[in-house]
Amino acid sequence: MMKTLLTSAAITACAFAASAQTVGFSQIGSESGWRAAETTLTRQQAEERGIDLRFSDAQQRQENQIAAIRSFVAQGVDAILLAPVVATGWDSVLEEAKEAEIPVVLLDRRVDSSDDLYLTAVGSDLVHEGSVAGQWLVDNKPEGTCRVVELQGTTGSSPAIDRATGFRNAIEGNADIEIVRSQTGDFTRTGGKEVMESFLQAEAGNEICALYAHNDDMALGAIQAIKEAGMDPGDDILIVSIDAVPDIFQAMADGDANATVELTPNMAGPAFDALEAYWADGTEPEKFIQTESKLYTQSDDPMAEYEARKDLGY
Amino acid sequence: MTRTLRRILPQILTLAVLVALVSLFFPQFLSVDYQGGRLSGPVIDVLKRGAPVALLAVGMTLVIATRGIDLSVGTIMAITGATAAWALASGWGAAAAVLLALMAGLACGVWNGCLVALIGIQPIVATLILMTSGRGIAQLITEGRILTFTDPGFAWLGSGILLGLPVPVYIWVGTAIAVALLMRRTALGLLVESIGINRSASALAGINATVLLIAVYVASGLCAALAGIIATADIRGADANNAGLWLELDAILAVVIGGNSLLGGRFSVAASVLGAMIIQTIDTGILLAGFPSEYNLVIKAGLVLMVLLVQSPNLAGHWYALRRHVRRRREPAPSDRSAP
Repeated sequence: MMKTLLTSAAITACAFAASAQTVGFSQIGSESGWRAAETTLTRQQAEERGIDLRFSDAQQRQENQIAAIRSFVAQGVDAILLAPVVATGWDSVLEEAKEAEIPVVLLDRRVDSSDDLYLTAVGSDLVHEGSVAGQWLVDNKPEGTCRVVELQGTTGSSPAIDRATGFRNAIEGNADIEIVRSQTGDFTRTGGKEVMESFLQAEAGNEICALYAHNDDMALGAIQAIKEAGMDPGDDILIVSIDAVPDIFQAMADGDANATVELTPNMAGPAFDALEAYWADGTEPEKFIQTESKLYTQSDDPMAEYEARKDLGY
Repeated sequence: MTRTLRRILPQILTLAVLVALVSLFFPQFLSVDYQGGRLSGPVIDVLKRGAPVALLAVGMTLVIATRGIDLSVGTIMAITGATAAWALASGWGAAAAVLLALMAGLACGVWNGCLVALIGIQPIVATLILMTSGRGIAQLITEGRILTFTDPGFAWLGSGILLGLPVPVYIWVGTAIAVALLMRRTALGLLVESIGINRSASALAGINATVLLIAVYVASGLCAALAGIIATADIRGADANNAGLWLELDAILAVVIGGNSLLGGRFSVAASVLGAMIIQTIDTGILLAGFPSEYNLVIKAGLVLMVLLVQSPNLAGHWYALRRHVRRRREPAPSDRSAP
């Protein structure tokens, strides 16, 4: 049954391969700069590949996303990209898409439905991001013991848990790296600044060797706190964070930050790659395509990275 | 003067006990260093970090004294911060940015005041409207991103130093003193209290209750604008999603810890700002003590509950009765003693 379905899907796909493909994209909304950048990049990727993208903004509501998918199915699009706002409640609408033989690719977040209801999911591995950051510190720490302070994300959120785990995995076995203080800064600049001020009071600034922040915004707040305490961020205290938003590249260009791990907003690129292969000869991709968690440091021409990113909508 | 002191004595005692408690976990809490032309130490951090909530509490005290409440102050911080950052990004300069932000705060206050005083919507609902919709307005101004700026003059308001102390400290202390004097050196405070106790009786007695009500919401909006300016200047950027988030609740808590009744009437601005300092001492103390972040909110809730229990008039009554009871048991009744 499955096989016949697939072959017929492949045949229909081949028949359309010559003309421009139409892809529907149901986006969560634009609650953060990262999300806006994801939308911009998806549009760019579609344009480069000559794909006709139909965009629908769900404004954070699942019912809007379900309605959008139904309308994409009714329009007979060739594929659907879905950035799901929540994990549950997708079974019936995904089955409708499956019956219409339209492949669905999940972007950034996952769903709880059985994995034969979608073609593949594209996303980053949060634990891996943390370990890339940790590995950078292991490779770049100064001689002797290194006392690290950690600015965590919102308590209990999965990025905060996973990025903490990944970092600890990476520094494990290095007896001279020690996390001395760890506190939540709620992913915000204000939070990062306030908590860093208390770290500097509690640990006597010159004994801190590095700061690990779960996102760039907290790192940017902390950089100001370190400056105001009369120290030199990036030099006296090494700073490594995650996300790669434009402002952290500005800080790296100024020598205030040392490294950031990219959470790429370009989820659409790998998704379109998988779809094109699927359209061409029915190749089934892996069920999870992990995006690259690229490390950027001061030697990667941060000013050019800043210029490239600042207009993406961050 | 002694009456004011007696009024704020419970708050001062609470603060002293809290400082002692935090010092148990972090012994250097009261140490203050002087280096590079600035004082630094945990106490200075409390004074500086407490600025937004203290400012909000000043305005909130007046609103609550009229038996109202202003839930929109956190959102007004986001709107005014976004306005200031937008003005700076458009190259208008620091003075214009401050002025525009204050005007935005004033406009928000007028909106709230008119809904409450003219249309007669319950304050909690009237201000809820701006609380929920205002972040959208702020996001429209910043276009959904964190709007950053580099103007050193404006940033000075948030992180500058004047005579060794952070600038925000001067702003909140100055505002609190100015409002307290305006209320107590004129009849204004009495009129505000009378509206809170009985609005129609006050109106019948010749007080222009409508204008006064609008004025207290405007005052609250202006205080929120100052708080928004400080928060924005502090991080050199306007974060429409997070600026002032949930701070309206901290401000209400500060007013309550300050011993002001949510049912309106008698108020004390000094006690409210002490309440704000109590909250900030708890927050900073938790950060310094180094507990895992999962415990932050539980510890804060526990301490706040204790502060409120100690101040509860009902419990004070029970405590007084218990003491009298114990004393009576210890000393035999006079009639027993006189018996041969």
